[in-house]
This record gives sequence, structure tokens and C-alpha cells, in this order.
Amino acid sequence: MISAVIVFPASNCDRDAATALEQMTGQKAHMVWHQDSELPDVDLVVLPGGFSYGDYLRCGAMASQSKIMQAVKAHAEKGGAVLGVCNGFQVLCESGLLPGALMRNADLHFVCRPVGLEVTETQSAFTRKYSNGQKVVFPVAHGEGNYYADDETLNRIEGENRVVFRYSKGDNPNGSARNIAGILNEKRNVLGLMPHPERVVDPQLGGTDGRAVFESLIESLG
Amino acid sequence: MTSAITPEIVREHGLSDDEYKNIIRLMNREPSMVELGIFSVMWSEHCSYKSTRVHLRKLPTKAPWVLQGPGENAGVIDIGDGDAVVFKMESHNHPSFIEPYQGAATGVGGIMRDVFTMGARPIAMMNALRFGEPEHPKTRHLVGGVVSGIGGYGNCMGVPTVGGEVNFHKSYNGNILVNAMCVGLARADRIFKSAAEGAGNPVVYIGSKTGRDGIHGATMASAEFNEDSEEKRPTVQVGDPFTEKLLLEACLELMATDAIIAIQDMGAAGLTSSSAEMGDKGGSGIELDLDKVPQREANMTAYEMMLSESQERMLAVLKPGREAEAEKIFRKWELDFAVIGITTDTKRLVVKHKGEIVADMPITALSDAAPVYERPYERQRPATGNPVYDKTKPVLESLKTILASPDMASRRWVWEQYDHTVMADTVQVPGGDSAVVRVHGTQKALAISTDVTPRYCQADPYEGAKQAVAECWRNITAVGALPLAVTDNLNYGNPQKPEIMGQIVAGVDGIGDACRALDFPVIGGNCSLYNETNGEAILPTPAIGGVGLMRDGAKMATIALKREDDVLLLVGETKGHLGQSIYLREIEGKETGSAPSVDLTTERRNGDFVRKLIETGRVDTVHDVSDGGLLVALAEMALAGNIGIETGLTGETAEAIPFFFGEDQARYVIAAPLDEIESIKSELETAGIVHAVLGHASRDKAIRVTNHVESALSALRSAYEGWFPAYMNVVRVA
Repeated sequence: MISAVIVFPASNCDRDAATALEQMTGQKAHMVWHQDSELPDVDLVVLPGGFSYGDYLRCGAMASQSKIMQAVKAHAEKGGAVLGVCNGFQVLCESGLLPGALMRNADLHFVCRPVGLEVTETQSAFTRKYSNGQKVVFPVAHGEGNYYADDETLNRIEGENRVVFRYSKGDNPNGSARNIAGILNEKRNVLGLMPHPERVVDPQLGGTDGRAVFESLIESLG
Repeated sequence: MTSAITPEIVREHGLSDDEYKNIIRLMNREPSMVELGIFSVMWSEHCSYKSTRVHLRKLPTKAPWVLQGPGENAGVIDIGDGDAVVFKMESHNHPSFIEPYQGAATGVGGIMRDVFTMGARPIAMMNALRFGEPEHPKTRHLVGGVVSGIGGYGNCMGVPTVGGEVNFHKSYNGNILVNAMCVGLARADRIFKSAAEGAGNPVVYIGSKTGRDGIHGATMASAEFNEDSEEKRPTVQVGDPFTEKLLLEACLELMATDAIIAIQDMGAAGLTSSSAEMGDKGGSGIELDLDKVPQREANMTAYEMMLSESQERMLAVLKPGREAEAEKIFRKWELDFAVIGITTDTKRLVVKHKGEIVADMPITALSDAAPVYERPYERQRPATGNPVYDKTKPVLESLKTILASPDMASRRWVWEQYDHTVMADTVQVPGGDSAVVRVHGTQKALAISTDVTPRYCQADPYEGAKQAVAECWRNITAVGALPLAVTDNLNYGNPQKPEIMGQIVAGVDGIGDACRALDFPVIGGNCSLYNETNGEAILPTPAIGGVGLMRDGAKMATIALKREDDVLLLVGETKGHLGQSIYLREIEGKETGSAPSVDLTTERRNGDFVRKLIETGRVDTVHDVSDGGLLVALAEMALAGNIGIETGLTGETAEAIPFFFGEDQARYVIAAPLDEIESIKSELETAGIVHAVLGHASRDKAIRVTNHVESALSALRSAYEGWFPAYMNVVRVA
């Protein structure tokens, strides 16, 4: 599996994503600058966490307009896999690749802690190596992860089994609607999630629950 | 150059009449306003260390592993394999009291620049915070603002904030302390310094534009506060972590080339101190053309530009002809870049603006000739005595009260607002004895701790300062790392008062003695004086930030109990010292008695013994015994592992309260299986180290003390975890 990590100004989990990818796939990821207009030939594009453009205007809003996003959209259009983590999820929502929006956390504080998640959909390139209903723990680290969409949209994405990760009951760190932590697009090749799977691939960092995201991708994309 | 400098103007610049006379002598004429402004910041306490310099010279600063001691932007130590660690701690006290969010945020930004200007990538942040008493009407607002300011800046930078300290005491009601520490990683042969050697080299300005913010920040930081201090809000700078992140990446990219001769961040006193210090260290002169300085506002005067403390700016001297290459990097990162001057061989700082020379002064007048004072001091007699206490109070009730007290309760509310796992190398998160981060891509790990117990320093400024160093060393040891070096952040009151100066002198002596005995050199630091409001000084607070190295991070110990049948062993002697203890303050309402004394030989022997157990993989559960004493340490271990404890009085101690809550130094609790404990015990006996078996871990989720009722972990946990959120009025979602 060949992957690319997009580097926006003030992305800050780009190295973490690249490290996890290399650890899991044995291959170095391409680091792609936001002003580039083309992607290398890759199977997976990762939009990493961070504070692209300082989170000014709205989180992810400016990044969604950057040059490289045209290429990312085209990649997704062709069915290529896109994984957006944290700020990457925000960019995906702002660019229209995923529905809904991420608002300020309900308690108005940044939150960094491990949270319990439930894998609610395993029919996807990102989660096939998990079992349905599996409980996992990923860390979150965000100030604006409060997922919002109107009821109709929420009903639709739930109805289409596009909610792949939910915060475990009582462990919702940000007030997200229906405990949503991560969702797929309609074609199921784009995943956005607030928790950080790339921070839990190494046992020394307190867990390996995130590995199956990468293992699923490797199995799906070769 | 016209000048109309009156005695009032001199005083407004924080200069004494004698200092002004000296300026006229050094200049051979009256200074211009711009020159006066430059003198005022360079000769401020904050920049010149004029009250402390003679004493700071006494600190031990050398060791074979020290690559750079005090005097540069940050100190540097060698950690083998060509890797170097760059670190420093610095205060942002005055700005944070006036404007807590921006004050704390720019404190974080400033210390990060100090570290990356040396060529290091910041990999961990710590902070030592002191607030007024919780009941004070301002405290909650200040806590909230400072914590979000630190998080707001550090989180955006993508550098994990991995720990620190938070204390409350009424002496900080009008003068909080915000000390931030940054630890960075560099290659030992790629350290960048600030000496602008050679003439004819371009001086380049990089980063953000210059505005009118922060003018006279350094001077403000060198004066006491009064009721009007909030009017100084305009002197507080405004931070932009986004720009700083770009500046970090751009600087590291430029540093990967060999285009740089010298580089220095623009911190306190901005353009003035960066240019003067670079010229001074390089033995060169510097000529600046202010018309070339990127400006955020129209019609800025030379005075404003030279004194602005706008953030996220750096000054560099490049090799001639390398400007285009450097500019390309900064343009890529969408940062300002301008050649604003040139180095000369005149050893003078010359500043031009709109075709006129607005300052022309010998650089040595700003550095070497800056005043140095041997201020009169009085060493106070240390507080003495063993306070009386009510022997009938039930220990487990007291434990619960202590765990729910402002100084002892869990800081989770604070550190969960800091991204402490970004960079994916944090192997020990906040809440343990030290934070531990891996050296990326290696087995090595760094342990980091910041420590000081101000109430000890108030009772005995010398022993208290020694204790601060010893506790830092112990915390680093307790995770299994070898303590290597410290940075100190000396926070005191007005040095012009002999009793305050006495605290400073005693503090420096205490730090020096402890650092010498523990091979723990001081490689940098910062002094923050004049921490007084309306004549009331803070508790003496010499914060110590230490760094230690673990060859194999996987062997790290944590405080959490891990096995239900582990035996608990105390290493070190318990005499039951209750003077200045948390117990006395929280349960008896007294801040009296002597501070615990630190025997540095014992400290070192006990610590070296414990570290070896961890390094050899024999022990993975260790906690140092400090604030609150033994029972608090045991409770923290039980809560962290969610495993119960059974314990009781041991040794010759007859009294439960001093045994469980005394704050004797040089002690560690370790937990290990019985057979391991047996062999450790015999080794301790051979080594002549006092020790005692305290009891064992237990299946029941409770703390049980012989002859006392038990206390359920769940009740202790809600006491421990509950205070901070309740105080800050947190509404829990979901």
C-alpha cells in the first residue's frame, strides 16, 4: 500500500501519520505539500491532524480551499481511499467530501485523553479487521470535535451504515450528535474521524487498538 | 539627534539617576530617546541580571556531558549517539497576571523560540504555575486563562505539553507565576549560536511583522505591581502560534543548510536585545536600517520598532550571498523575510531610520558595562520547631481531605487541555513522577520534571532550594532515568529589600550545593524578580526543571500498582517530619515549623540504588515520597493502578500521623513481587540503606490501615479527581 500524507501549513500530526504508516506498511509515505497540484500515484491519502492555517476562520476551512485538495477530491472521485484524522476530518467536512460539521466541544475546552470507542461498522476498507461492536480505545486531542448534522443527514448516514466509530456510552468527549466519532462518505472510500488511530499503533504508547485501521487498509488496498 | 531627556523620562524608563549618569559617561553625551529606550531594556533586571549576576556565577555549570551552559538562548547536553538535548525554562509572570491567556501563550512561544533558535526541534513542554488562593476572586479567571493560553499555543505547535506543577497560595494573589519549560532535540554537531562573527555579513529579519505590541515588556517585568498594573495591558504581547509553527519549520529547514552564521530569537526587548547580544557575542558591530523592517502598522517610530516585543520573530546573520536561498525557504512558508542590516567591525550598534542615524552606541555599553549590583542582603534565620498536632485525628479521613485539597488534588482538569500525546513519543503522560518522552526513532527516552516546594523555601530559603533540586532529581530517578542537568527559574520579590535579596542568595547557594552533590549542573535559567504587589512578596519560588536520560525507555517505571500481590517497600528513612507539611496546613491549618532538611549524600545513595533496580528491569513500580508524605504516595499508587493497599505502622515509629504524613526526604516506595522484595531487602541491608516493608497491594479496591477503618478507592478517587473540576465549574457532557 502506497500512501501520501498531505502537509498543510501547521499540520502537526503529519510526522505521526507517516511514522505509523511506515511502521504498519514497511513503506515510507510521500509527504505532499499543500501547494502542490498533483498527488503521486498512491492508494491512500491521509489528511493529518493539526491546526492547518492556524484554524483561523473555521477549522479546516482554508485548507479545504488549498491547491492540493482538488487533487485529493479527484482521487476520492476515482474511488481512492482518503483518511482524515482530527483536523483532517474537519478539512473533509469543509471540503464537502463528508457531510456535517465539527463544532466547538460542548464544554468549550480542548480535550486530550484516551476515549472508549465502539466499532459500529466493519464493512469498510478502514475497519474490516475489527469485529462488529468491538470496543477500542483511541486518544482524542481536539477543541472542535463536536460532530453536527441535521437530523435528516444523521438518519441517512446511520441508515446507510456510514457511522463507523461511536464514542462509548458516557465517554463522549465533545458532545457529538449521536456519539458519532467517525463517518464514511457515500462511496465508503473516505473516512473522517476525530480520535487518533495513528497514536495507538505502538504498545509503548499505551495501546495498539489503532493498528487494525491500517491493517484493514493494507488488506483492502494491497 | 535631538534629545530632551528629563529626570522624569529617565525614571519612566526604570533607570536610576546613577545609572543615567553612567549612560552619559559611556556615551560621552546625552543619549537620544531611542538610545535611552535601548539602554532601559538592556539594563533592565530582566535582561541584565544586575541583581543576581554575582551570585549566579557560583552555580555549577559544567560536566563532561554539558555542551552549552548558561549564556546562550538555551543550554545543551549530550545524550550520546550524536544526539543533544536543548532546554530552558523561563517565566512570563507579569504579563500572565495582566492578561492570562496571551501572557501564558506568549510565554510558551518565547521559550520554544529559545530552543529552536539553537537548532533543536521542540519535543516536550512543561510548565510550573502558581496561583493565589482558590477563594481569591481573581484566581479562577487566571487559572482558566493561563491553562487555555498554554494549551492554545502548545497544542497548535504540535509539541506535547507533558507535565508540570500547579500550586495555590495567598502570596500569589496579586502576582501569579507562569514558568514554561521547553525541551528540544538536536544533533550535537548542529547547534546554532548567537555570535555574529565577522564583518560585512547580512543581518536578516524573519517571521512576523513588527507592531506596537509589547513595548517595554522587559521593563514592566522588572518592576513591582500595584493597583494600576492592569493598565499595563498594552505592554502584553499577542501570540500567533500558527506563525510560530511556520517559523519553526522554516528555521529548521534553513538550519539544514550551512547558510547561517548566527541566529537569535527576538524575545524580551525584541530587535534591541537580539542585535546587541549577537554583536556582543560575536565581537562585531551591527548596523540596522529600520526602513527595511517588515511593519504591521504605519508610521512606527524608531523607538517603537526597537522596543517592540511583537512575537514570532527571529534575527539571523547569514553568510554573504546566501540571502536568496534563505529567502526562498521563508517565502515557501509564507513568512516575512528582509535583509535589514549588516555586521561591521566597529563594535557599535548603529540604527538608521528615514535616512537619519537615530542610535549609535558602543555595544559593550549595553552588555559588559551594564550595571552589576552587589545588593545588601540579610539571610533570615530558618523557621524551627516541630509543631504540635492533634494525635487523635483519624488518618484515613485526613488522607481524603488532603487528596481533595487544592494543592494535592488531581491536575487532570489542567493537563487534559494540553495535547500531551502529539508527536507519538510520550511514553509517560502527566500524573506520574516525571514525564517521559522517547527520543524519536530510538530506544532512548528523556525524563522531565519541574519542582519546587515554595512553603519550604519560605521557612528556609537555603534548605528549600536544595530540596527543589533534590526533588527534581528524585522524580527523574523514580522513573528510572539518570538525571543530567537542570534549568532554574528563580522567582522572588524585590531584590532591593535586603531580606528578599537574602532569600535569593540563600536560594542560589542551596541550588548550587545540591547540584554539585548530585552531579546535576545548571545549564541555563531565568530570574524573575520584583514579584510583589503593594509591597507583599511571593513565597520564594526557585523552580527547577530537570532532564534525565534513560538508555532503554521500555524499562521505565511508573507509579501505578500493577499486581495485586506485590509487596510495598519503602526505601529511605522516616523520622516523621511534620514541619511545613501538607498535613499541617490542610488538617491543622498551620504553616509552621522547620522545612525538612535534605541530606544530599543519602539522597544520592538511595536514588542511585532505586534507579539501578529499574534499569536492570527488576522493578517497574516506583513512586517518590514528597508532598503529603507516605500515605498520600501510597494512595496515588493505588489510584493510578486501581489496586488496593494494606499497610500499617512499621519500624520504630509509634505515631501514625508523623509516620504517614511526615515529609522526610530521600524516600521512594517500590512495589514488586515478594521474592524480588526479599532480595532487594538484603541488598539494601548490605548497602546500609534504611528501609521498611510497608504492607502489600490487595485485591480489595480499598486502602486499609491496620487499626483504622478502611477507605474505598472509589471514595478516595472522587475526592482526588473532584476538586479541580468542581472548582472550575466544569459541566460534564454526555
